[in-house]
Amino acid sequence: MNSPPLLSVRNLVVEIPTRHGVVRPVDQVSFEIQAGEILGVVGESGAGKSMTGNAIIGLLDRPARIVSGEIFLNGDRIDHLPLAAMRKRRGKDIGMVFQDPLTSLNPLLPLGHQLTETILAHLPVSVIEAKKRAIAALEEVGIPAAAERIGAYPHEFSGGMRQRVVIALALSAEPSLVIADEPTTALDVSVQAQITSLLKRLCRERGTGVMLVTHDMGVISETADRVAVMYAGRLVELGSVRQVLTSPCHPYTSGLMGSTPLASKGQKRLHQIPGMMPRLGNLPTGCAFSPRCTYAQDKCHQDLELQLDTCDGRAACWFPIGEQEA
Amino acid sequence: MIAYVIRRVFHSMIVLLVVGLVAFAMFRYVGDPIDNMLGQERTQADIERLTEQLGLDQPFVVQYWKFLRNAVDGNFGVSYRQGRPVAEIIAERAPATLELATVSGLFAILVGIGLGVFTAIRRNGVASNLIMTLSLIGVSLPTFLIGILFIYVFSVELDLLPSFGRGDVVQVGNWSTGFLTKSGLLALILPSITLGLYQMTLIMRLVRAEMLEVLRQDYIRFARARGLRERAVNFRHALKNTLVPVITVTGLQLGSIIAFAIITETVFQWPGVGLLFINALQFVDIPVMAAYLMLISVMFVAINLIVDLLYFAIDPRLRIDGRTG
Repeated sequence: MNSPPLLSVRNLVVEIPTRHGVVRPVDQVSFEIQAGEILGVVGESGAGKSMTGNAIIGLLDRPARIVSGEIFLNGDRIDHLPLAAMRKRRGKDIGMVFQDPLTSLNPLLPLGHQLTETILAHLPVSVIEAKKRAIAALEEVGIPAAAERIGAYPHEFSGGMRQRVVIALALSAEPSLVIADEPTTALDVSVQAQITSLLKRLCRERGTGVMLVTHDMGVISETADRVAVMYAGRLVELGSVRQVLTSPCHPYTSGLMGSTPLASKGQKRLHQIPGMMPRLGNLPTGCAFSPRCTYAQDKCHQDLELQLDTCDGRAACWFPIGEQEA
Repeated sequence: MIAYVIRRVFHSMIVLLVVGLVAFAMFRYVGDPIDNMLGQERTQADIERLTEQLGLDQPFVVQYWKFLRNAVDGNFGVSYRQGRPVAEIIAERAPATLELATVSGLFAILVGIGLGVFTAIRRNGVASNLIMTLSLIGVSLPTFLIGILFIYVFSVELDLLPSFGRGDVVQVGNWSTGFLTKSGLLALILPSITLGLYQMTLIMRLVRAEMLEVLRQDYIRFARARGLRERAVNFRHALKNTLVPVITVTGLQLGSIIAFAIITETVFQWPGVGLLFINALQFVDIPVMAAYLMLISVMFVAINLIVDLLYFAIDPRLRIDGRTG
């Protein structure tokens, strides 16, 4: 048997009780990430991408909570750990990069301070050693003159530079898994590629697994090894980047690809998926995508459990593309 | 930064000049100082002699300038009622008020910030809700009523604490302190809580509201995601970001602690400057009132200056703006 995967999420369900009943922003989601692998997670806003990431690192905002399912990190179960035990794992075992570098850094504390406090919280090193490591971490993410800028404050840096600092912070205690929640969405297009390639390089060098949440297909195709597509809280397709991007199985994935602009295709109009994603409190029975799906048949509207078992276990769909005739 | 400080000091001077003008106008034009000082039995010669002695025959500007010169030297004239220099009387009374204000200010700040952070972190806890409800009482009950209630409960019924005065004081140089004797410390408890209660609840509610706002920020989530201890997240990351508005309000409140001491000092017969002022009011002792006015305004101005400088210490973003602006 192989060594256990770095991260294994099994049948994860997150629920939020609301006045209009309980909603499930994450519903029966299962996937694995191997050491050194980059898994892209895509989907529309509200599909449950970020919620899944927050559930893994144990930072769900109440009243959202994990109601069932299991999360294993390096073979240890980490959902429902006591607060103190989970805190020790955050930063040390799981790092997180947030979307907006302008708001992720504390404006009143020097960068060096924020780095050293993270290092000191997790690694048994002296203050002097922590400072050395902080400078090294800044150099590694490409901050010029790191030693002199260790006392600088966040407002003295540009957005792209700040996201580099955020990455340095997330990796400073050398976690084995990084959850990057739309790390490039808030950045200038011109620096997006720099940040993704930086993230990719650092994780490759250290063998860090990455869960890359994004809705940018370009980022996925350049960075990720595998892709998970989410829709209305459920995983609808999971496969290698090449498979999913070039021959999508699930009609939703196909629609998503069709609505991504590509210079090479020379399209006149972009494809649109008709309708919009249903609200979580108001999901249709059966497949959540069925009302918008051009391939939907009667079976899709019935209350049957869908699993990632068609298309060689890639898609959760009764009639995946390419298998309609079968 | 230095330019900013100089500008602030300059502003403070202007404020003091204006207050000085008011104090001077009060001294010079509310009633007739000659009348006040000489009383019924007076001759025309007396009036002329005193008018010349006080410089009242000189032009307005010259008189104002003289008043300011004297004020800078700490010379505010002679109390009508006690016949002694006002500066001497105030110097005698000031330690009592300053000690009371210091203790109640510390009480308000420490307890206010502590409870504010606590009620923000345990937002829905039973204890937090209880504290928040009780704090409404602190905000809405007038100071004198709280003082009287405290006297009734702790002095009359329970007989634990003295109901009036400063207790035994020790003279250290020119300063009479109540900090060094047991009765002095006991006597401080009720008045300082009475005086600081309103400020404490105000600071607490403000800190709580600011904390709730800051705790929602991304950098707090990021600090948590990096596995920092809750205490570090709450105090180092969150509390520091609430401080700018808190310091603004706290500064103003400290000023009013000294100003409001009038009421508390009256209720507890605390021999401070506030009680002196109330007595001066009853006897229209204008020099004492003018001096008190100047004293309070100097304190307000000084506190505001300190608050402005504290902004720089806390928020690095201002340091850059200050350099260019």
